[in-house]
Amino acid sequence: MTKPRSRTVKVNALARVEGEGALYVSIKGDAVQEVKFRIFEPPRFFEALLQGRLYSDAPDITARICGICPIAYMLGACQAMEDALGVVLPQPLQDLRRLIYCGEWIQSHVLHTYLLHAPDFLGYEDSIRLSHDYPGVVERALELKKTGNRIMEVVGGRAVHPVNLKVGGFYSVPRRQTVRELIEPLNWALEAALATVRLFAGFDFPDYRYDYTCVSLRQPEEYPITQGRLVSNRGLDIPIDQFTAHFSEEHVAHSNALHGRMNGGEAYLVGPIARYNNNFDTLSELARQSAREAGLEPVCDNPFQSIIVRAVETLYACEEALRLANAYEEPDAAAVEIVPHAGEGHGCTEAPRGICYHRYRLDEAGRIVEAQIVPPTSQNQKQIERDLWGVVEKNLDLAEDKLKWRCEQTIRNYDPCISCATHFLKLTLDRS
Amino acid sequence: MIVAEKPAVLIIGVGNPLRGDDAAGPAVIQRLQNRLPPSVIALPLDSDSVSLMEAWRDFERVILVDAVCSGAVPGFIHRFDATRTELPRGLFHYSSHLFGVAEAVELARQLGRLPERLVVYGIEGAGFAYGEGLSAGVAEAVEQVAHRILVELGE
Repeated sequence: MTKPRSRTVKVNALARVEGEGALYVSIKGDAVQEVKFRIFEPPRFFEALLQGRLYSDAPDITARICGICPIAYMLGACQAMEDALGVVLPQPLQDLRRLIYCGEWIQSHVLHTYLLHAPDFLGYEDSIRLSHDYPGVVERALELKKTGNRIMEVVGGRAVHPVNLKVGGFYSVPRRQTVRELIEPLNWALEAALATVRLFAGFDFPDYRYDYTCVSLRQPEEYPITQGRLVSNRGLDIPIDQFTAHFSEEHVAHSNALHGRMNGGEAYLVGPIARYNNNFDTLSELARQSAREAGLEPVCDNPFQSIIVRAVETLYACEEALRLANAYEEPDAAAVEIVPHAGEGHGCTEAPRGICYHRYRLDEAGRIVEAQIVPPTSQNQKQIERDLWGVVEKNLDLAEDKLKWRCEQTIRNYDPCISCATHFLKLTLDRS
Repeated sequence: MIVAEKPAVLIIGVGNPLRGDDAAGPAVIQRLQNRLPPSVIALPLDSDSVSLMEAWRDFERVILVDAVCSGAVPGFIHRFDATRTELPRGLFHYSSHLFGVAEAVELARQLGRLPERLVVYGIEGAGFAYGEGLSAGVAEAVEQVAHRILVELGE
């Protein structure tokens, strides 16, 4: 009997993902022995450095967790504080929050799909080589991304790490005319987003399916972005303040980011596919139609098609932003007045990569006693490893370089944000 | 009414002032403040490099400064004529998101969006850990690059 051949797939520094991560897969014969998606970006201790700070500091500090999705952190923090302090925002301010979040979805999704993920499908090492052959496609991506950035600038004061959001609302609200000026570029962006869905629909998708446990927010009337109840396709339906009763995080030796899991221990999926699967019915007519034309069913179980789902969500975000910009009137007040007191509050929004949960406990002066932030990439790590396991098993006949490529492509299905995932508190040093 | 002359040259210093020697680019911009003719604009940039293309859209001549990590002695000054030669990838330090300077410049080249003249200075950094403050060699190099840019502009 011949000894089963051992193979190892190693990627020491993953390219085209946000942050520093690596991958290790060991294979013996026809069996996968081990899969480790390693995050070695150093931990960042945000939850610890928030302690003792005023409630009002949280949005701007947590925004620094990520340069791609600062709104997810700012709004998660704002909501949690408003929850703790018993404040409800009037609808116009909530609409403005939804508008800026659309901007974040557009710029984040466009960046990932066109510049980081599409090269995988078209066989290019990076978007520079892609732009050599398809300059028009890359030009469209940059212009679309700019539209997202512009929304962030108009509502948030600047495109990266906006400064205009605060607990209770905004420091100032944009002028009506400034918001109206978004309409023309958004009309163009809507068409560009439609073309994007069609473009990605033509890609070849590796044959791999998984029966995911999809976790996302859900609202009865609109596709979830800034708020909702927490639901899953397995029947979970809870208010966000029950998050920790159902989900937890564990430390694994090979990752500097905590691994999220259901309290029963199982992996789950957050992000575009989970959102789409749980909320297809609340997408706009146009988004649903364009998804169908792109060959997507109302439930998507091929993670490689996440690139189409992101394009559908980009289209939806353009539509929503247009609707909100068209309806915008300057609110009477930029923010609701806050009176600090002791309390505990929860916030949860749909970051481009999936749900981002915040919990804070405040003392009577409104200082943070305890902070907990659970970003989407932490939650997806377990599922990323499951997918890698399955994808490798299905592709054992591929040559080393092709297999490695396919593994990286699998990780990029998640658009992982590694800097976000390593914000966490605990660091265990093994000095033995 | 005096009509201001349209600035002819853009100088960009790329880097995160909170990441040690990554601050070299913005530090050069700081050194140049108040020493430049009105036809020159100097701009620090701490965001994704795709915005470079936007930044230099209306300029024919651009000088860009960034920290690099090539294994050379800290403070070593690289100078590239980017209009003529491709920038070496993997040299320009970038923290996380998306693109470094080299990638952005090459993307712009592919899209025909390079300025007519683009010179890139790379200052070899010693460390890029969290925190403010340049290492001694890099602080020295910042002075030199600022000086060389002033000389270049005068030529």
